[in-house]
Amino acid sequence: MVGGTPQRDASPAARTSSASPAGPAAEAPGALRVDRVSKSFRRHDGTEIPALSDISLDVEAGAFISVIGPSGCGKSTLLRLIAGLEQADAGELRLDGRLITAPHAERGLVFQNPLLFPWLNLHANVAFGLKARKIYRENKAEVEHFLHLVGLADFDRAYPHQLSGGMAQRAALARALINRPRLLLLDEPLGALDAFTRMNMQDEILRIRQDRNITMIMVTHDVDEALYLSDRVVVMTPGPAKIETVASVNLARPRARGGEDFLRLRSAVLKILNFGGQIKEPAYQI
Amino acid sequence: MMRNPRCGGLSRLKREYGQRAVCWWPFLSAVLAVVPELLLPDSPDHPPVNRPYFFYLLTAAAAYFFAAALAAHAHAGFRARLEGKAYFYGASLLFLNILNVVTDKLAALPPIFFPSPDRILSVLAQDWRYLLADCLGSSAVLLFSGFFSGALCGIVTGIAVGFSKKAAYWVNPLIRILGPIPPTAWIPIVLVAFPTTFWGGVFLIALSVWFPTTVMTSSGILNVQNAYFEVSSTLGAGRWFQIFRVGIPASMPFIFIGLFTGTCSSFITLMTAEMVGVKNGIGWYINWQREMLSYANVYAGLIIIAVSFYSLITLLFKLRDHLLVWQKGVIKW
Ligand SMILES: Nc1ncnc2c1ncn2[C@@H]1O[C@H](COP(=O)(O)OP(=O)(O)OP(=O)(O)O)[C@@H](O)[C@H]1O
Ligand SMILES: [Mg+2]
Repeated sequence: MVGGTPQRDASPAARTSSASPAGPAAEAPGALRVDRVSKSFRRHDGTEIPALSDISLDVEAGAFISVIGPSGCGKSTLLRLIAGLEQADAGELRLDGRLITAPHAERGLVFQNPLLFPWLNLHANVAFGLKARKIYRENKAEVEHFLHLVGLADFDRAYPHQLSGGMAQRAALARALINRPRLLLLDEPLGALDAFTRMNMQDEILRIRQDRNITMIMVTHDVDEALYLSDRVVVMTPGPAKIETVASVNLARPRARGGEDFLRLRSAVLKILNFGGQIKEPAYQI
Repeated sequence: MMRNPRCGGLSRLKREYGQRAVCWWPFLSAVLAVVPELLLPDSPDHPPVNRPYFFYLLTAAAAYFFAAALAAHAHAGFRARLEGKAYFYGASLLFLNILNVVTDKLAALPPIFFPSPDRILSVLAQDWRYLLADCLGSSAVLLFSGFFSGALCGIVTGIAVGFSKKAAYWVNPLIRILGPIPPTAWIPIVLVAFPTTFWGGVFLIALSVWFPTTVMTSSGILNVQNAYFEVSSTLGAGRWFQIFRVGIPASMPFIFIGLFTGTCSSFITLMTAEMVGVKNGIGWYINWQREMLSYANVYAGLIIIAVSFYSLITLLFKLRDHLLVWQKGVIKW
C-alpha cells in the first residue's frame, strides 16, 4: 500500500521474483528467466562493442516490468533478445522453462515506431498474426474485438498513412495483442505521443494487462510512466549494460500520478539515475 | 477604404466570363479548321478521296466540343475538367488545320511522304477491319504472350534473387551480363534458334520485359525495411508467409516500375521483331507499306499503334493505382 523506497541490490544479477520458477515450467504461463546473458555487436572494422554484459532477470508470470536506462545502453537489445530476433553470445533466456531461440507468436513485440504494414488496411494489419498462424478463419471476430479494445473500431478500412501517430501506435498494440502472447515486450511504445494520448494509452495498457494477465516488459525513458505502470523498475547502467538497480514499486493500484508516495519514489529513482552510477547526462527531467 | 462594389462585381464577371470562354476554344478551333477545308480547293497533286473524311472529323469534333462547352456552363465539375485541357484540344485542332492546309490545299510538302489528312483517314475508314483484326490482332497475340511470360519469369527470378543468397550468387552475374544487351541484338541467333519467327518474337519480347522486371523486383525486395520482416516474425509468420505477405506486397511499387520499363521496351522489341522477321502484325504492315511508298497507310498504322500503346499504358497505370491505394502519400513517382 505504501510506496517503498527502491532497494538496491548488491549483486548485479538481481533476482527480483518472489515466485521464481524453480522447475522447467511454471504453473502460470508467461514467466521469463534471463540468465547471465551477454551480447556484443561486431562493428565494420572488426572491433566488438559490448551491448549487454551478464544480465540476469527473473520476471514472474503476470508482472509488469519497466526498463529504464540511458540512451544506447542496450535496452532494445535486451528486448530483441527476449523476442528471439537476436541471439545471445553467452547465457540463456527461457520463457516458462523453454529456451528462446527464435521469434514466436507467444512473445509479442511492439516497436518504438508502430511499423504497421502500409500495404494493409487496419483490419488486415491486426489480422496479420491470425493469418500467419492460419487461424484467421475461426477467429475473424477477434479482429473487431481488438480494434474495439484500442478504440479503432471505426477505422478498420483505413490505411496506416491515414492514421495519426497515436492511432497507429494503438493499432500496433492491437496487432501484437491479438496473438494473445504470454509475454508482451514494449519498446518505448508511447515515446512519440503527446502527454494526453500517452496517459490514455497507459491506462489502456493497464486495463488490457488486467483483463488478460499478460506479462509485460516495457522500455521507457519516462520515470513517471515507469512508476505509474510497473511492479518493478529495472534501472540499467550505460554500455555495456548491467542492471544497476531493481526498484520495487509497492504502490496500490489504481495509482495517483501526483500522490505523495509516488513523488517520493520518483525522486528516489531519479537520484539513482543521476548519481547512482557512471551516468552523467541529466537526461531524465520530466 | 471601401471597395467599389460595382467594380469588384465587374472584375469578377470578367474573370468568370474569361474562364468560361476558355471552354469554347476547342469548338472555335474546330470551326476555324472547317473554313479552309470548305473554301480552299484541293491541290491537284493530292489524289482525291471518295468522301470528305477530314470534314466529317472536324464536324464531329465541333459538335462534341460544342456540347462539352455547353455542359461546362451548366456543370462546375465538368467545367473544371474541360478548362484544364481546353487549350490543348484547341491547339491540337489548330495543328490538324495547319497540316491540312499545308498538305491538301497547298501541297507545300512532298505529297508522297506527307499525304493529306483526308487520305490517312480514308485508309483508316476503309481498311480498319484488316488493320485491327489481322495486323493489330496478331501483334497483340505476340505482345501479350511475350509480355506475360517475361513479366512472370522476371517477378519469379527477382523474388528468388531478393530472398535467396544462393539464387543471387548464380543469377546475378547472368543478369549483369545478359541484361544490358538490347534484346534486338539477339535477332540473328533467334532467327536460327527458334522453329518459327513467332516463338522467336515471343522470346525477344519476354527477354525485354524480363530484365527490368527482375532487376526492379529484386531491388524492391532488398529495399524492404528489415523491421517489417522482424515484426512479422514476432507475429508468428513463417518464411513463405513472409515472402508472399511481406516481401512481395512491400516491393510492389518497385515491381511496377520494372513492369512499366518492360512494357516500353517490349513495344520497341515488338516493332523491331515484326519489321525484321515476323511476317505479320502492325509493325510489319508499316514496313510493308513504306516499301510500297503508301505513306498514308504508314501514318494510319502509326495512329493505330499510338492509340493502342497509349491504352495499354493507361490500363497499367489504372491497375497500379488500384493495387497501390495504400501508397497514396507514401511514395510518389
Ligand atoms: N545491429 C547492431 N549492430 C551494431 N551495434 C548495435 C546493433 N544494435 C545495437 N547496437 C549497439 O548496441 C548498443 C545498445 O543499443 P540499443 O539499441 O539496445 O540501445 P537502447 O538502450 O535501446 O537505446 P535507446 O534508448 O536510444 O533506444 C548501442 O551502442 C548500439 O550502437
Ligand atoms: Mg532502444
